[in-house]
Amino acid sequence: MKDVKQAMDGVKIAEFAYAGVGPQTTRELAEHGATVIRVESHRSPDPLRMMSPFRDFIPALDRSAFGTCYNTQKYSISIDLNMAKGLEIARELVVWSDVVLDGMTPGTMKKWGLDYDSVRNMRPDIIYASTSQLGQSGPDAGFSGWGYLLMGMAGFTNITGWPDRTPLNVLASYTDYIAPWYLVTTLIAALDYRIRTGEGMVIDQSQLESSLQFFSPALLDYDVNDRIMGRSGNRHPYAAPHGAFPCRSADPLTERWVTIAVFSDDEWQAFCKVLGEPEWTKQPKFDTLRGRKENEDELEHLVGEWTEDYTAEQIMAMMQGAGISAGVVQTPEDLFNDPQVKHREHFRLLEHKVIGWHSYNAPAYKLSKTPCDISKPGPCLGEDNEFVFKEILGLTNDEIATLLVEGVITTEADAPKIPPVF
Amino acid sequence: MVEQQKSLLGGYRVLDLTDEKGFLCGKTLGDLGANVIKVESPGGDPARSIGPFYKDIPDLEKSLYWFAYNLNKRGITLNIETADGGEIFKRLVKTADFVIESFDSGYMDRLGLGYSELEKVNPRVIMTSITPFGQTGPYRDYEGADMILWSMGGVQFSTGEPDRPPLQMSLPQCYFHGGIQGAMGSMVAHYYRERTGEGQHVDVSIQQAIILTLMIAAEAWEIYGPTLLKAGVRLPARAGALRTMPRLASPWTMRMIWPCKDGYLIWSLAVAGGTAGNVTSSRALVRMMDRAGMAGELKDYDWTKLDTSKISQEEVDRIEAIIGKFFLANTKAEIFEESVRSSMFIAPVFTAKDIREYHHLKAREFWADVEHEELGDSITYPGAFVKISKAPWRVYRRPPLIGEHNEEIYMKELGLAKEQMLLLKQTNVI
Repeated sequence: MKDVKQAMDGVKIAEFAYAGVGPQTTRELAEHGATVIRVESHRSPDPLRMMSPFRDFIPALDRSAFGTCYNTQKYSISIDLNMAKGLEIARELVVWSDVVLDGMTPGTMKKWGLDYDSVRNMRPDIIYASTSQLGQSGPDAGFSGWGYLLMGMAGFTNITGWPDRTPLNVLASYTDYIAPWYLVTTLIAALDYRIRTGEGMVIDQSQLESSLQFFSPALLDYDVNDRIMGRSGNRHPYAAPHGAFPCRSADPLTERWVTIAVFSDDEWQAFCKVLGEPEWTKQPKFDTLRGRKENEDELEHLVGEWTEDYTAEQIMAMMQGAGISAGVVQTPEDLFNDPQVKHREHFRLLEHKVIGWHSYNAPAYKLSKTPCDISKPGPCLGEDNEFVFKEILGLTNDEIATLLVEGVITTEADAPKIPPVF
Repeated sequence: MVEQQKSLLGGYRVLDLTDEKGFLCGKTLGDLGANVIKVESPGGDPARSIGPFYKDIPDLEKSLYWFAYNLNKRGITLNIETADGGEIFKRLVKTADFVIESFDSGYMDRLGLGYSELEKVNPRVIMTSITPFGQTGPYRDYEGADMILWSMGGVQFSTGEPDRPPLQMSLPQCYFHGGIQGAMGSMVAHYYRERTGEGQHVDVSIQQAIILTLMIAAEAWEIYGPTLLKAGVRLPARAGALRTMPRLASPWTMRMIWPCKDGYLIWSLAVAGGTAGNVTSSRALVRMMDRAGMAGELKDYDWTKLDTSKISQEEVDRIEAIIGKFFLANTKAEIFEESVRSSMFIAPVFTAKDIREYHHLKAREFWADVEHEELGDSITYPGAFVKISKAPWRVYRRPPLIGEHNEEIYMKELGLAKEQMLLLKQTNVI
């Protein structure tokens, strides 16, 4: 096995999933060498393929960056699993694979005869992972929602906002960016376990239960102290000032902000030096953290008056130079120009057949010996039919032609008219 | 211990030197059954002073925050800044499979304990470093308080109310993202090591971990930005409860967070029409409203025709007013029960109390009571992040007291003599 080049080389995955969690899970493995085949259909496309941003604002299945961004290094085939011959192909893929990733609504795979018990009969050592909002069992397992709904159920919405206003969501489907990482971690542990024992297994991810790990302190606080965590804006129990402050903006349509966090009294002294020690900073009531917390409204107002005269970038550089936590409230545009983000090669430009050159996110970790490979853009729907059917499943040209004629292999002609969802 | 051996990561040994920036990494590996040893400086990890605390008593042995992320770990103390401490650490590394740390970038190198040194001691070892911005680059030495990473990662810009500053969450999240990315990167490296015998260095940037949570904001800017700039339109910034999704090409405003009888609900008109799933959801909602005699003019509304890119703001307001009134007359539980039964895209905004009492989590036996004999009490922890048929998640041990396993690990496992231990304690190495 010494010829292993990438960490996940040789691992084969059949993906039956849509939206955020399932596809991001297998992407992580594909970018480190696993072979991932995405089973899709033009008749019921991944909803992300129907969401903004579309190339030239024109909605179409292969024009959305949302539809490609979670699918780098994967192969896409288009077959109709509601047809007997489509299911036959799916079964062959399952026998070929080490891992089946089920990211469908609970019950869907069973309807197709592709649930764990069925698959295990075909491939006894399969590692079968299901991911859904609330898990495969329990009274509410059938709930079919989205990450922006689950954000509320996992407690995050209720702790985002101001004490005197309603709770808020973040822009993203927050839990979709927690659950996949837990599933990747578990899947690799399961693959290793299989090497050691020869045994497969079934994994049931409730995205709620994974996401609640990021809410644990609030749950313990309730259990022990009967306290229900609420919303405290940007404030922090052990820091002041701790917030976002307005800055000078060159563009009247774009607000600029900087965040600053001052924890210890030493940091406060350094902070005052950066400001040039104006009179107000010398008031004894601001000398201690306790004093600053007690006079926080006034303190924030005064800090905000100072920050308004500088750009966010200037303040970040001044504060960081003095060892104080400060950062630009970056816009998406800022991220592309951020020298650290560039240094880390976070955004990788790839040329997509329809969308053209656009950026893909790299993993947040760099491996010193087996770096990720991000070279194949997220495929168009069914882009890899020929490769998969011939090279992996060994079908002949005639067989493929028949499947096409019978409509088992779906094509653009089968696609619904896309309502631009967002 | 036997149970732990049979787990997914049974037998693998982890040295966890992290503070709050990386706790979740070791916790996650420990939950999968790895043998995790938390290495604290003598006197205890400073992160033990992060609240909330057990019964609100500030105490290094009573931090609930620390408990939450150090379950399933053993604990030793060691001053790795001393020569003796460094040597003992290297001896521990010989039998370790993973070393996890979240010190300032370059700190371990300066102590002669960086990856290039540890690799010589044990070529199989995987070293995972979790820092705000990564090990190299122009911001490698920048201070990264949690909120600063939230803003540098791009989430804060679009979170909050239009008339107030951009927001973070009241329970800061960035370090958790760094920790879980560390766990994932460690496992990728692990799979390579198990097949080749070679360890490597895993270098996590928490800033990047936050960028990954942006969903599609960066890509949308890249694709739509130039056109929008020309048109004098800017990216959606903070829109409070109103904005739903990136709506770069759409002029409308739709509410996402709705007050109801006993709290709040999440629902949006943006996912009420067009696709089959949206139509199903909307029809179910109207049926429910109709049963209460509150459907009004929506009774015969054709959701298949709803095109949210063309709808007028007046129509949005009209529909929302009828539905908003219905929400006010119902509880979170009443609405969500129907969501499950009839595939409605409406969910409750749960508080910590709601989550703890949620019947579905109870039915799935999510919660775990952990005995804290030192407190004479038991605390209920969140349980497994996934259910695994072969080796179910379990509590192997409660979070360690400061230096609780010094004797077990230094004497029994490393073979230090009693006199050596005493000396190391006296010189404050342990």
